[in-house]
Amino acid sequence: MFSIYCPHCCEYREEEEFHVVGEAHIARPIDPEALTDEEWANYLYMRKNPRGLHHEQWLHAIGCRKFFNVTRDTVSYEIKESYKIGELPSCVE
Amino acid sequence: MLDNYSAPIAVMNLLPADGNVKAASPLSHIAAPENSDEHQNICLKEEKYLGHIVLRGNSENESIKKGIKNILGCDLPAQLQCSYCDNVSIRWISPDEWLIICASDKAYELETALRKKLSGHYSLCDVSGGQTLLVLSCNHAQEVLMKSTSYDVADCHFPVGKAVTTTLAKSQAIICRKDKNTWELVIRRSFSDYIWQWLQDACFEFRVIEC
Repeated sequence: MFSIYCPHCCEYREEEEFHVVGEAHIARPIDPEALTDEEWANYLYMRKNPRGLHHEQWLHAIGCRKFFNVTRDTVSYEIKESYKIGELPSCVE
Repeated sequence: MLDNYSAPIAVMNLLPADGNVKAASPLSHIAAPENSDEHQNICLKEEKYLGHIVLRGNSENESIKKGIKNILGCDLPAQLQCSYCDNVSIRWISPDEWLIICASDKAYELETALRKKLSGHYSLCDVSGGQTLLVLSCNHAQEVLMKSTSYDVADCHFPVGKAVTTTLAKSQAIICRKDKNTWELVIRRSFSDYIWQWLQDACFEFRVIEC
């Protein structure tokens, strides 16, 4: 079981309170109408699958119900940090 | 712009004006044991027919802080805290959300009074029909909770006055410690029967409830 730090509750909680929501820091295109089909499909569907550090969104579903970001090592599963939406990660490769 | 936000909102008294309409709590089908001389150690009971109001807004909004203080008589609780004042309690749910619990016949009155007082971007929603309040109160309440939730309910981690939304059995609850041996659980109406039976089963080994 993970103990995950929620930056809104400021506490470690059990993994069963959380849901993973996918890759973080995906900016919505400013002018979607101007995109080609390929660019739009890349924005909607194409996700990174790195070996090593990965920034992902989590939801404290049974708790404060807020979204936040997590930096996780996909090899060791170690969570390096949790930070609020809008903040930048301090652990980067 | 948000300060002038005044779209019409349908606010209604959820209590029927006609007193002949029978109210039924989510656990009305369960015959709770009477607290008689024979059964003094009843650990679990439902606080029926309370008014539950969800307040959402920015915790920095002065009008929300002042309005709550004026009308309810207590401060908005800080992170993971609950506050009790005259017949009203407030639980922290998330950084911009609180649950106000009062007597059912006061819910409409409180909601309209708050709407007159608060300004800015906020929301008040009467959710009385969707949830209910259970009170676990006996010497073994803490042990019963240890069996039921993954959250650490030890004294050093869960002091009196703390409120936490977490998992309870295979459902969820807002757990609040009112005093050393009294824990209040706000649970979903649709899970109330399941949680009641779970807790009754969890209480059984301590012989504190008539089963």
